[in-house]
Amino acid sequence: MIRYIIRRLLISIPILLIGSFACYVLVATAGNPLAEMRFRPGVTEADLKAAEAALGLDQPVVIRYWNWLTDFLSGDWGQSIALGQAKTAVFPAVTDALWTTGRLVIGAELLALTLGVSVGVLAAVRQYSIFDYLATSTAFLMFSMPIFCVAVIVKNYGIQFNNVLESMGLDRWLTTAGPRPGGFSGSFGEVIFKYTGTFLLPTVALMLISFAAYSRFERASMLEILHSDFVRTARAKGISQGRVIFRHAFRNALIPVATLFSLNFGAVLSGAIITETVFGWSGMGTLLVNSVRQFDPPMLMGWLAVTATLIVLFNLFADIVYGFLDPRIRLG
Amino acid sequence: MANINLASEGGVVNSAPQSDSHEFDASKTRTQGQLVLRRFLRHRLAMVSLGVFVFLILFAFVGPFIWTYDFEDVTSKSYQPMSGTHPLGTTQVGKDMLALLMRGTGYSLQIALIVAALATAVGVTFGALAGYLRGFVDTALMRLVDLLLIIPQIAVAAIVVKGFSGSWYVVALVLAAFAWMQIARITRGETLSLAQREFVEAARACGASTTRIIFKHLVPNMIGSITVNATLAIAAAVLTEAALSFLGLGVQPPDTSLGVIVLENYGQFMNRPWLFWGPFIVLVSLSLAVNFIGDGLRDAFDPRQTKVRA
Repeated sequence: MIRYIIRRLLISIPILLIGSFACYVLVATAGNPLAEMRFRPGVTEADLKAAEAALGLDQPVVIRYWNWLTDFLSGDWGQSIALGQAKTAVFPAVTDALWTTGRLVIGAELLALTLGVSVGVLAAVRQYSIFDYLATSTAFLMFSMPIFCVAVIVKNYGIQFNNVLESMGLDRWLTTAGPRPGGFSGSFGEVIFKYTGTFLLPTVALMLISFAAYSRFERASMLEILHSDFVRTARAKGISQGRVIFRHAFRNALIPVATLFSLNFGAVLSGAIITETVFGWSGMGTLLVNSVRQFDPPMLMGWLAVTATLIVLFNLFADIVYGFLDPRIRLG
Repeated sequence: MANINLASEGGVVNSAPQSDSHEFDASKTRTQGQLVLRRFLRHRLAMVSLGVFVFLILFAFVGPFIWTYDFEDVTSKSYQPMSGTHPLGTTQVGKDMLALLMRGTGYSLQIALIVAALATAVGVTFGALAGYLRGFVDTALMRLVDLLLIIPQIAVAAIVVKGFSGSWYVVALVLAAFAWMQIARITRGETLSLAQREFVEAARACGASTTRIIFKHLVPNMIGSITVNATLAIAAAVLTEAALSFLGLGVQPPDTSLGVIVLENYGQFMNRPWLFWGPFIVLVSLSLAVNFIGDGLRDAFDPRQTKVRA
């Protein structure tokens, strides 16, 4: 097992190198972060040259990548070069963004998983009942929904709900413009009030989409297992319905969903870009879009270092969990 | 090398649709294509969805010839409410919403169809080659897929769109570059098991080349899952294109697409809701219709699955 993990991690190193090199070259050659500076009043050609030299932009791309790589491997994540100013350090910016996205995504994904799995199991156990049709069609509808439209709709009904609250003489509850800086303060009740208000809308928007995938998946795998021979045997032995469903079927039906969850979670941590954009959270997705828009390779590399590692780790984790839950699969 | 194809009639259920002319017995024998078509035509939801899909195609490509306004026409008044002359109102700059929707649907459809075609062609070729040849080709493919998992599609789209151009076909190329992996993975999996069957061995014994075995023997036997996944790729491409355009990283004005229309008008959700719900309904019905067609095709190709899957 340990040998397997080490081998997988070693294989992913060249992939990470090639991927980061490709991204660096793409961003570095796509545009010039100093382009805007040229139009500022009082900026001479000499100033531009000096700024270029200060940021190392006068060197070839390959050398710039090599410099970044050696710095990075010695623990220096470098500084953002957006707008021609080397002011923001990359490392704290990326960890801040990861913290913002993480807070949002972990809750939403766990809720979606719990709900999705319960609904999927119920729909499979009561196949062709009204509940099943309702759950299946909801999941199908959400699956075909554009995420950004869901986010826009949720956000606007949230605002309307706030207006209703206000007209009743209460405080506005739901936040639609990102988390407040500096955390929550006040009495326990106030903190809960603010906390739920901040998280509710983006969580719901994120959840609806993931929920659709999990419930569809869980229903399909549960049905397949409920129709399998060993479940019939268990029933024939006279084991009670509840025990058959939870002991024999449910635990096996969880295997594919666990894999899906692990893969999905790694991907979603790299930024719920649309939800973040609509609800004004400055998380990983926003960081990515901004770094590309501003032709800022060091920032993009910082983003990539975190997300690529997460994706590799969660993919590995998915395979390990698969082998752990299903002993028939041997890793080696 | 005349008719080695006979080999593919061996072990596989309902394969080889070339046998029509030889049939002479009284009872009607149906080829696989006919069977699938019959089952698909009887799938009520899929037929309704096909109707919706055809309607949307007509709406997008025939509509502009009938409707009086062009999507580039700028009328004098911005934000007109719904009326006889502008059934869906006008936008901020005074463009007719219905004309915009027709154009946007057209671009979204064009992009989605090209993405699905490219992704299927590339995915099937790579997947089948990797699954059949194994060894080095297989490893190379899997590493490439790993690489594309790490490189963010958004970054590539943004760079291509900002650095080069935001024409619809450029967006389609970016989408296709990230869409073929899914199909390649499925094709590879199926090829791995099909390649062990006797008819492939027989073809190889007859001296058939790799290309011939892949495209004449393996691909026809996977046509079901290829068709289904190509359909689902269309639906995915519609949504991804819209999402990219919504972030401003897809189709760029003056071109338009459903995502661009939503982006330009979602701020009016409260005051002029029709400007949001119009493109929203077109977008959702397009992706729902294509997904239902895919589901219908899945059932038609593999009727055993209907008992279990949704």
